[in-house]
Order: sequence, then structure tokens, then C-alpha cells
Amino acid sequence: MRVINTGEIVSNIKEMCIEANYKLASDVSTRIMDAYKNETSDLGKLILGQLCENMNIAENEQIPICQDTGMTIVFVKIGQDVHIEGGSLEEAINEGIRQGYKEGFLRKSVVSDPIIRKNTMDNTPGVIHYEIVAGDFIEITVVPKGFGSENMSRIYMLKPSDGVEGIKEAVLKTVKLAGPNACPPIVVGVGIGGSFEKCALLAKKALTRNLDEPSNFPHIRKLEEELLEEINKLGIGPGGFGGKITALGVKIETYPTHIAGLPVAVNICCHVNRHITRIL
Amino acid sequence: MGLEKHIVAPLSKEEVQNLKAGDYVYITGVIYTARDAAHKRMYEALQKGEEIPFSLKNNVIYYMGPSPAREGQIIGSAGPTTSSRMDKYTPLLLDTGLLGMIGKGYRSQSVIESIIKNKAVYFVATGGAGALLSKCIKKSKVIAYEDLGTEAIHELYVENFPVIVAIDSNGNNLYENTDIIS
Ligand code: SF4
Repeated sequence: MRVINTGEIVSNIKEMCIEANYKLASDVSTRIMDAYKNETSDLGKLILGQLCENMNIAENEQIPICQDTGMTIVFVKIGQDVHIEGGSLEEAINEGIRQGYKEGFLRKSVVSDPIIRKNTMDNTPGVIHYEIVAGDFIEITVVPKGFGSENMSRIYMLKPSDGVEGIKEAVLKTVKLAGPNACPPIVVGVGIGGSFEKCALLAKKALTRNLDEPSNFPHIRKLEEELLEEINKLGIGPGGFGGKITALGVKIETYPTHIAGLPVAVNICCHVNRHITRIL
Repeated sequence: MGLEKHIVAPLSKEEVQNLKAGDYVYITGVIYTARDAAHKRMYEALQKGEEIPFSLKNNVIYYMGPSPAREGQIIGSAGPTTSSRMDKYTPLLLDTGLLGMIGKGYRSQSVIESIIKNKAVYFVATGGAGALLSKCIKKSKVIAYEDLGTEAIHELYVENFPVIVAIDSNGNNLYENTDIIS
């Protein structure tokens, strides 16, 4: 059995919150730069040029890429041969967020109650998803998620007879609805199958995948490719002012489901698709 | 793409009426930030006939809540937030003298009608370009609602702040797909 101290978790989460908000992973930044090269609309190109410059300024002058530094979503895979000592894991994760958002000069965007709406002033609590897996490691993925795009995400409980056509229709409808509000070009995470809450979680996980790695399942890979093409044909374009680049990527995660159902969740993310993973 | 123009804030009515949807505009002058929580407070105050923290007359509101500034910086990242969340409050603000708004994304039909009625303008800045946009902000100070944290009202002095006219004073709308939302 391996022992991991919560102190190590705090410091890693802190660093990950900061890193994610100042520099995009290279798969995302490369796609933004490629989009700039390939976009043909004048206004679209201008906006993509601004986004490229923005990434440089963020990194060189230590200004967050976007002022919405997100609600902090944390995926934690805990190896079953790990013993965590030094206090509560949940408290350690939130402490990491607290320190990261303070020391990283990140915006505090969380309210303590959805109706009373008082800012907690330290961006806690995060939204934490635990998974117990085999092994003696802890894998942590931190996803600072902006809400301009989160607000434009949707769940559809389709019928099995709706099939692939129904899935595509649901995704395209969501992207159209999002239009300029989600800061296009966007990344689209899709969860298919499971249950109501499972498909939402799959969609969020899909957003953490490397854009350059397609699905392992041939039929899903095909769907990812077709959807990307069809989304870009919508012509929403950078900033929503028209153009051929509306999405940088479409990622789909699936799970077995019930004989009576076809749940589909579409989680929209803006071009500031932040995620970072570390293994302890 | 429309014309490139330079304008000064607070705005003048004549200048606003010369702006056309699609124009690429650089704003220089004083503007004010307000997002959801500040809008709610100002709206409720106006409804009760109370004073609000700054005069809306001919002014521009930027829908923005910045990230904190480091030492030596004027402001942190400072890009626009989604405008539609302010739609409920906007017509009253426009009726009270507000002349320009900067945000991102669609506006409701009632906001568009109020823009036409008040001969106002809706600008869009690039969402997710908060680091870049922050470079155009030369002064920033919190003037009200400090308890709201990032949502407090900031008075900003901006220089050549780049925006696009999304809805002009005649109601021309640069977003082509407005019919897909309700
Ligand atoms: S949707 Fe993304 S890019 Fe747009 S403001 Fe929110 S976090 Fe920033």
C-alpha cells in the first residue's frame, strides 16, 4: 500500500489551477493557430488573430487567458492501493483551489448558494468527481470551466429509434443555440448512453480529451469527424459573426445504456478549453 | 466588414447614430463595468426611484468582471461576459439614459426594440480575449458595490478599446442567426 499525504494534493491542485489558466494545452492552442490560418471570413480572421495574440500576452505577461477563470471541476482517480493521510481529501482539494485562485490572481466566481448568491471569495468549493480504480496512484484532472459556454450546454433523453440522426440533430441544435454566446470557436464534448447524470459526466470528460486523439471506437470516431464537419458548415464562425471555423473539435464518450433509452449530453466549451492532468 | 472608426466615451448621440452594424470601432474614454449582480441592484434602485452609483446618461456599460490585478498591473484579465443575462434589466437602463453596451452574444427582442427606441448601440468585444483587452485599460477603480467582489462597479479609462458594432441604433443586427433563439 502506498501512502500519499494531503499536502501533496493541495500543492498539486494549486499549481494546476494556475497553470491551466495561463497556458492552454498545445493541442488546443495549435488548433486555434491553425484556425487563424484557415479562416476565410475577414472578421473571423481578425478575431482569431486576437485570440492568438491573447494567448501570447497571457503567457508572457502573466494575465489569465480569460477573466472567467471558471468554476473548478476536479476529476480524481484514486488507486485502491493508496492510503491518503493528513486529513480530509475533499478539504485538501478545496484548499488547493483556494490557494491557487489566490496566489494565481484568478477570479473568484463561485456563490455559496444558488439562490442567495453570495460570493465565497475564494472560488471554493470545486465540483469534485471521484473514481476508485485499480493501482497505487492518484490521477488528478483540473478543469477550470467558464460558464458562458457551460450555460449553453444541454441534455436530451432521446429514444433508441432516434439513433445516430437524432444524436446529430441534438448536437447541432445545441451548437446553434449557443451561437456567439459560448465564445466560438468552441470545443464540443458529447456524452452518449448511461443514465441522465452519467451522460452529463461523460460529456464533461470528453472535453478533457486531447483534441488530436480520436475515439478508439471506429463508429464513434466517424461520428466525431462527421459532427465536426457539420458543425463547421453551420457558418457561425469565430465570435459568431460568420465563418468556416465554429468548432475546434468534437469529442464523444459513450457508456452502456438501458434498452429503453438514448441519453445524450452536449457540454459546450469555449476555445479557452482548459484542462490539466497530473499523476501522483 | 464595416468601417474602422474611433469614438470617445461618454458617447454623443450623433456619433452613435453614425455607427453601423459591422463597424470596427476603437473606444477611448471612461466606461463602467456592471454584470449580473450590479445590474440587479441598479434595476431595483431605479424602480424604487433611488439614486444609482453613476449617471447612465450617454454612458457605456461594459459587461465584465475582471480577474484580480497583480502588483504593478492596472487590472487582470478583462474580457466581456454574455450579455443576454442582462437583458431583463437593460430596457430600463436604456430608458434612463444609457447609450452603449459592450458584451458578447445575442440580445433579446425587447432589448433590440429598446436600442432602436433610445437610439443606442450594442458593441461586442471578443470573448476569451481578456488578456489582450486588458492592455487597453489604462485606469481602473471600484466606485460602488465593493462587496460584490469581481462584480463591483469599476470605472475604467480605456484607450483604443476594440469592439464591433453588433446592433446599431436602427436595429441592424450583425448576428445572422438571431431567428434560432427565442
Ligand atoms: S465562455 Fe470561455 S472564453 Fe468565453 S468568457 Fe467564458 S471562459 Fe471566457
